[in-house]
Amino acid sequence: MSADLPALARHAWGIRHHAVRMGAVQKQGYVGQALGVADVLAVAYFHAMDMHADDPEWEGRDRFLLSIGHYAIALYAALIEKGVIPALELETYGTDDSRLPMSGMASYTPGMEITGGSLGQGLGIGVGMALGLKRKRSECFIYNLMSDGELGEGSTWEAAMSAAHHALDNLICLVDFNNQQADGCSRQVLSSEPVDQKFEAFGWYTQRVDGNDLNALVEAFDRARHHPEPVPRAIICDTTMCKGVPFLEAREIAHFVRVDEQEWALALDILQQGKPQ
Amino acid sequence: MSLSRRRSKWLARTPVDAAERQLTSAMIASLGAEGLPTVSAPFGHALVEIAHQRDDVVGLTADLGKYTDLHVFAEAFPERFYQMGMAEQVMFSAAAGLAKEGLTPFATTYAVFAARRAYDFIAMAIAEDNLDVKMVCALPGLTTGYGPSHQATEDLAIFRGLPNLTIVDPCDALEIHQATHAIAAHKGPVYMRLLRGQVPSILDQYDYQFELGKAQLLEDGAEVLFVSSGFMTMRTIEAMRLLRVDGIHCGVLHCPTIKPLDVATLVKHCAKPGRLVVTAENHSVIGGLGESVASALLQNGVTPAFRMIGLPDEFLDAGALPVLHDQYGISTDAVVRQVKHWLAH
Repeated sequence: MSADLPALARHAWGIRHHAVRMGAVQKQGYVGQALGVADVLAVAYFHAMDMHADDPEWEGRDRFLLSIGHYAIALYAALIEKGVIPALELETYGTDDSRLPMSGMASYTPGMEITGGSLGQGLGIGVGMALGLKRKRSECFIYNLMSDGELGEGSTWEAAMSAAHHALDNLICLVDFNNQQADGCSRQVLSSEPVDQKFEAFGWYTQRVDGNDLNALVEAFDRARHHPEPVPRAIICDTTMCKGVPFLEAREIAHFVRVDEQEWALALDILQQGKPQ
Repeated sequence: MSLSRRRSKWLARTPVDAAERQLTSAMIASLGAEGLPTVSAPFGHALVEIAHQRDDVVGLTADLGKYTDLHVFAEAFPERFYQMGMAEQVMFSAAAGLAKEGLTPFATTYAVFAARRAYDFIAMAIAEDNLDVKMVCALPGLTTGYGPSHQATEDLAIFRGLPNLTIVDPCDALEIHQATHAIAAHKGPVYMRLLRGQVPSILDQYDYQFELGKAQLLEDGAEVLFVSSGFMTMRTIEAMRLLRVDGIHCGVLHCPTIKPLDVATLVKHCAKPGRLVVTAENHSVIGGLGESVASALLQNGVTPAFRMIGLPDEFLDAGALPVLHDQYGISTDAVVRQVKHWLAH
């Protein structure tokens, strides 16, 4: 499928913009992850996946699982950009009675397929959904977005082994490799490298790409969907935390961004200056 | 018992005569009194009946199909059976995924592996989403002599705190058959304790029909009311008969649904004045049926004389089931002994 890269760049920018605005509402949040993974989400939602924004439970949709529930702000931003959630609603992010709680839960938000947050569960649920879709002779794909820190959870590897054993060629695992987790750099907390070779050894068709390069992502998603072998597919996406807001990118502690009030405005200004045409 | 206490017990021990030694066993058939008829794999056969009627029913196991009677289903419906390997976390996650796609998964393993290893996955992937996953788990409580690694003595305590979850502890082959149909018809997640293999049948002596969420009075009695679940209802029925021979008039209220508890029925029968209420369960006395009943009664202003029969708060010994059941107070004889002791004091 040919991709409209300028349009994807605008959507990725939109996702970043929504995420920073939500961060400003709560004055905190996993904004760094959202900025980092915005390009991956833009390609997923505006290039690869089939879905109806006005009917997020349409049976024929490709399913997107957010295993990393704490990245909810990123997915909300994508769902707002897609038109599933009204943009006005971002003002309610993380407040009482909001459909957009700080951690993503299926029962709260249209377009949120699972309750993530307890890490290491999304890929296993994806295995079951992929089996279920095959039972229904559906050609839809399951996309599971997880983080590199989540690779420390053993259940991830149970699920990886299971997906290959059951030949789940309708399951695409996206690993956001930003090398950051709660206690520091992932490679120092618990190294999962070489991640791509591990997935390959588990029987997956695996690619590793620059997760902030839209063209590379488009090609990787296309190859993942059209790969001819009956095996599950992984795309390891190396991303940069806080991508698009250089003064935040430069910060050491980026797992959970707390910035001064005026810095939110500054971040929005910087984003505004970089808005694609 | 601590390791050192257990070691000193071995050191002080006189060797048992080889002829008297009983074999370590997980034979469920031995749970019933001698002469009780048994039925083979009641869960597996019930599930096959249901699957003939319903295309949405699928089965999963974590390398324990033969030991949870799911092999009966796997043989009848191989295309609807998923072998997930020795990986309980992904099995329950995958069951959640299948349920999200509109199927009704029955997932089996041993109760210890569900409750201890996969709890977070059951809590978040299944119960929080209120999915139609039926977890049917073998070796509940003290039904194997293999020691604490296989004895799920605290599974009810663990699962009772989980919102949305229905918990069933059936007594015998008849009830397993009926309860399997009932949980399949129920919307929402269910944890059912399973007696597998050759399972004794005792409730067919009564005009019994399992109802999800209902406790049922099997027999009334003026002096003692047993409130029991699981195979302990076999034991309380047998104990009731033995005690009656000695002139002690007992009744049995069978309470197979642990959650939600049938508080109305419990209150109705336990409020009857002048009799001792004795709960009996194949579970630790902490957090199971007994404490659930005590809490329900107290909160409803019912305060009978009250005793609990259950497993002690310790990791249990390995050994032969009949020996262990007697040692830990849940054999029929031990039930009789305890009731006589309480009535005398």
